[in-house]
Amino acid sequence: MKPGFGEVLLTEGDPRVREDEERLVEEFRRQLDEGMWAAVPTVGEDSGRREAQMVQRYADIPTDAERVIFFPRASGG
Amino acid sequence: MLLALLALTLVAVVLALPVLVQAWSSWRREHGPLFRTRRVERVMLHDPGRERRAEQRARELLRSCVNDEEWSMYRDLGFIKVNGKLADGSAPRRPREAADAPEPEAPYAYLIYPHKPIVAFVPKTRRLLSEYCVEFPDLTRAISHSRLPDSDDVLAKWMALTGDERNLIRNANMHLPGRQIDPGRVRRDLWRLAEWERQRRSSGSYEARRR
Repeated sequence: MKPGFGEVLLTEGDPRVREDEERLVEEFRRQLDEGMWAAVPTVGEDSGRREAQMVQRYADIPTDAERVIFFPRASGG
Repeated sequence: MLLALLALTLVAVVLALPVLVQAWSSWRREHGPLFRTRRVERVMLHDPGRERRAEQRARELLRSCVNDEEWSMYRDLGFIKVNGKLADGSAPRRPREAADAPEPEAPYAYLIYPHKPIVAFVPKTRRLLSEYCVEFPDLTRAISHSRLPDSDDVLAKWMALTGDERNLIRNANMHLPGRQIDPGRVRRDLWRLAEWERQRRSSGSYEARRR
């Protein structure tokens, strides 16, 4: 999510392919270094309801995740 | 005499030409980037469709992330209710088959408005608890005074609340109800929400009966 623009595709690829994964990891780190928060839309195992999982490391991303959404870090308004 | 003056002027201009060109170049070097930046900003600000397109993309993204019930709520009422999960007596977990049904009543819940504080309340009594002022500021300052589209702001709050409620609340500034949002408006919204949920339940049971 980019202020003023909304959704912007940063990069995409298959994490099972090494070159793709390196690119995905690099972009993930770059976004977090810029101070963004990362979240993965998920479905709760017990409830079956959609929710989000905040991720702070690339390894935390669920293997079946289709996308990671980056958004600016929250601060008190 | 006049001819001689003209000739002298011409010679003076030719001699001064390199100095003038050099002065013009250095002046452009100093002021050029500033003017270019301003021109780019002006072009961006004058694009009337940019914010509308961004909001449209944000709505699609929001719709693809939240539950159907929450999307319908936002579309119809302009806000989303999210149950709080930090209380001891939070809502019991439901079987997976009931995912499309409304969530059971929680001890407390939040109303998420776009670009307004998150309001905590007690669903059972509709008592307002507090306002949590939270922003998602532009870290890159790509466009001055830019902010997330409305639906992105709602989605960011939704993700932060459902993903890490405790952390979001810790980052927010807590105030008593009424600091930024008129409590009367929130109570009206809670009434609208109750009516909306009642109609949705009745239409849901009607659909179930038809099936």
